[in-house]
Amino acid sequence: MPKLKVNGRAQEVAVPDDTPLLYVLRNDLKLNGPKYGCGLSQCGACTVLVDGQAVRSCVTPVGSVTGQDITTLEGLGTLEKPSKLQQAFIDEQAAQCGYCMNGMIMSAQALLNKSPKPSEAQVRSALDGNLCRCGVHNRVVRAVMRASRGA
Amino acid sequence: MNVMNPTRRALLQGGSLTLAFSLVPPALAQKAAKQEGAPLPGDLKLHPKISSWLRIEEGGKVRLLFGKVEIGQGILTAAAQLAADELDIDMKRLVIVSGDTRVVPDEGVTAGSQSMQYGGVAVRIAAAELRAYLIARASEKLSVDAAKLKVVDGTISGGGKSITYWDLVEGQKIDIEATGTVKVKEAKDRRYIGKKVGRLDIPPKATGALIFIQDLRPDGMLHGRVVRPPAYGAKLVSVDRDVATMPGVKRVVRDGSFLGVIAEREEQAIAATDALRRATTWDLPKDVPTSDTIYDWLKAQPAKLITIKDVASPLADKAKKVVEAEYRRPYHMHATIGPSTAIATFAGDGSVLIQTHTQSPFETAAAIAQMLNVSKDKVQCEHWQGSGCYGHNAMDDAAADAALLARYVTGRPVRVQWSRNDEHKWEPYGSAMVVRVKASVDEKGDIVDWDHTIWSTSHGTRPGGKAGNLLPAQTLEKAHPLPTPVNGGAPNYAADRNGIPLYEFPGTHVRTHFVEKLAARASSTRGLGAYGNVFAIESFIDDLARAAKADPVEYRLRYLKDPRAREVLQKTAEMFGWTKWKAAPGKGRGIAFARYKNLSTYTAVAMEVEVEKASGAIRVKRVSSANDAGEIVSYDGIVNQVEGGIIQSLSWTLKEGVRFDEKGVRSEDWTSYPILTFSEIPPIDVKVIDRPGQPFLGAGEASQGPTGAALANAVMDATGVRFRDVPFLPSRIKAGLMA
Repeated sequence: MPKLKVNGRAQEVAVPDDTPLLYVLRNDLKLNGPKYGCGLSQCGACTVLVDGQAVRSCVTPVGSVTGQDITTLEGLGTLEKPSKLQQAFIDEQAAQCGYCMNGMIMSAQALLNKSPKPSEAQVRSALDGNLCRCGVHNRVVRAVMRASRGA
Repeated sequence: MNVMNPTRRALLQGGSLTLAFSLVPPALAQKAAKQEGAPLPGDLKLHPKISSWLRIEEGGKVRLLFGKVEIGQGILTAAAQLAADELDIDMKRLVIVSGDTRVVPDEGVTAGSQSMQYGGVAVRIAAAELRAYLIARASEKLSVDAAKLKVVDGTISGGGKSITYWDLVEGQKIDIEATGTVKVKEAKDRRYIGKKVGRLDIPPKATGALIFIQDLRPDGMLHGRVVRPPAYGAKLVSVDRDVATMPGVKRVVRDGSFLGVIAEREEQAIAATDALRRATTWDLPKDVPTSDTIYDWLKAQPAKLITIKDVASPLADKAKKVVEAEYRRPYHMHATIGPSTAIATFAGDGSVLIQTHTQSPFETAAAIAQMLNVSKDKVQCEHWQGSGCYGHNAMDDAAADAALLARYVTGRPVRVQWSRNDEHKWEPYGSAMVVRVKASVDEKGDIVDWDHTIWSTSHGTRPGGKAGNLLPAQTLEKAHPLPTPVNGGAPNYAADRNGIPLYEFPGTHVRTHFVEKLAARASSTRGLGAYGNVFAIESFIDDLARAAKADPVEYRLRYLKDPRAREVLQKTAEMFGWTKWKAAPGKGRGIAFARYKNLSTYTAVAMEVEVEKASGAIRVKRVSSANDAGEIVSYDGIVNQVEGGIIQSLSWTLKEGVRFDEKGVRSEDWTSYPILTFSEIPPIDVKVIDRPGQPFLGAGEASQGPTGAALANAVMDATGVRFRDVPFLPSRIKAGLMA
């Protein structure tokens, strides 16, 4: 029975170790942030942070991250009190449908954890594995740059 | 839907929607009915009762009922801006319900960039009429002349007296119809329309609050998945394994070639369908068209010939030269990031509620009722937001899947989310097209006659109340065959959308060979035929300009008479710096224009590219676009739609084309069907010209066509070679440059 630490809270879930982390977060812990997009580590919609690093939860067995710090979109901030990065996405209106936004924010957060003042090229390169079909890429880049300036 | 209304379920079940109202004073109602106004605009014509759209509700709230749905285009925010402004209330007072067949007005399909034109305008006028009615009642009640009354956030005051909307209507039903006599607010009195208002759905989406259908988890929910056939038309012969004993499996369902699983957990449903898939044997049809043979196939099929314009040129004798060229576009995917999802729940009385991100809740409910062989009233749809769709993707098929599975477990909600592979392989694509354009020109290179011929399959197989349009219904033991597709007619058109150039040539002829058979599954994809037709028209006219040694902007202006069209084209050129632009080796510039559907938003796009001759790689350096979408409600909303359309169309044109053969669709994930990524996306400058007092035009699909053509024209400018086959893969460009 994997023991997890998610958004600062200890959680125990009754699932086999090879269950993809994505389904545990979504269906057992009822978290909405990480999304199913491909299940193949190709689109980034499922991204979460594990010890501060961006990880594709759709291909991460839950047993491989026991005891590590797992952060989801909900762990960054809330509707009432969004994080600086979440607020920057809101300020830049960096969404159309918003389905990929979880992955964009989590991947960008991982970048900002490492490089608080990234260049625009670094932001684009860090987000290259995150797919968006609505075409809000340039808004997303502006949002990340805004958050880095405000940091 | 469900942007901000936690009490919605309680209201729907508790009946307080009806309890809050009784009767209008008869005198007032008659007075309203007797007035004669302008014809009612948009969907207000279909639903003239104000209470179909807006209800003054207890607790200082106003309920907005909207038949159009949010698909990431920001329509609910725009509708809220219109309602709040015309009704003079704070936007926070609005409780928005959209796309729920139990309560909202039937506004058909949310498609064709028509939500503002039909839905937005209806909400706006309904709100203005409701405000006028409430002021008239307050005037009677307060004995103050209506002209002296003002409204601030729902409080009507004047002559030292005041009353709120809520006190005024308490316990009474507002039973009035729109009159067409009420004027909307003047620009100077507006608080929300045309002002910077943040999208209502972005904060919840940025923080993981419940708003997407994918995140809905009703109590007792089970997970369903379906084993799709390997290829179009495949028939299930046998299943050699019983997966009922696999962990969590509740039920295995087979009905003809429809094969599905219901399990307790999502990953269990996935594991069981994977095991089932490996144990299936299918009969595959032979001699089918493939993505390699599609253009020949299109031209060889029996087709309906549809002529939509045939004006002979009075100057035919001036013709000195005839030129012609053929353009091709492959099948394009909608390629949503979040695969289609639905939840179906059967009640004991045989009725079913389907939670879905469909664009057509009423028509999908009717199609599913037909599929289930139950009366229409037994199926209700409740819209929830999904991932961006860009047209008709698998949304309705997922709803049908969920219904087909859930009927075996009455009382338990069954959630179906399609796999990435299924979404890629089974969504209905934007149809491949061949377009041949022919023109005769006079000795100066001016156009004397223009001739445009299209070969295409259907661009519209939406449910439309017919079970045969639902993918799983086609595979049942008692199968519902796909209804023979039809091409949409005037004024929107479908395969021939934007086939008629907006340019005024002496003679113009436009016809379509409409192929009723499908090679790959196809339906409405952002812009329908407009992408292929504008690509052809705008590439061709660019070459005619070149042949006439004319500037491409000036040459277009010779034939473009509509002043709004001219302004958009000229402004785009100005934004781009067209006249100051300096040529350099490997660099090129291109421009293109269209008015979407010839009745919607005017859009021009200019761009600069660099082409690396050795590899054939195209790099788009920057893009400029001016637009005219009529009166602006949300400036940023239009910019976002146009910019997103530019990026999506660049992706189509540079990279995309569905691959399929006799074994099935080979574009099955993001590796085999790549789309544009962050580091490939250029700076994009979009501007919108405001036209206060002009009708809303709708901007969701306007940039698809001009973008592809502007890219082709820029590549031509950079290389001297005209590319007429999409996509512009490096291998194709390289081969073209070597030839």
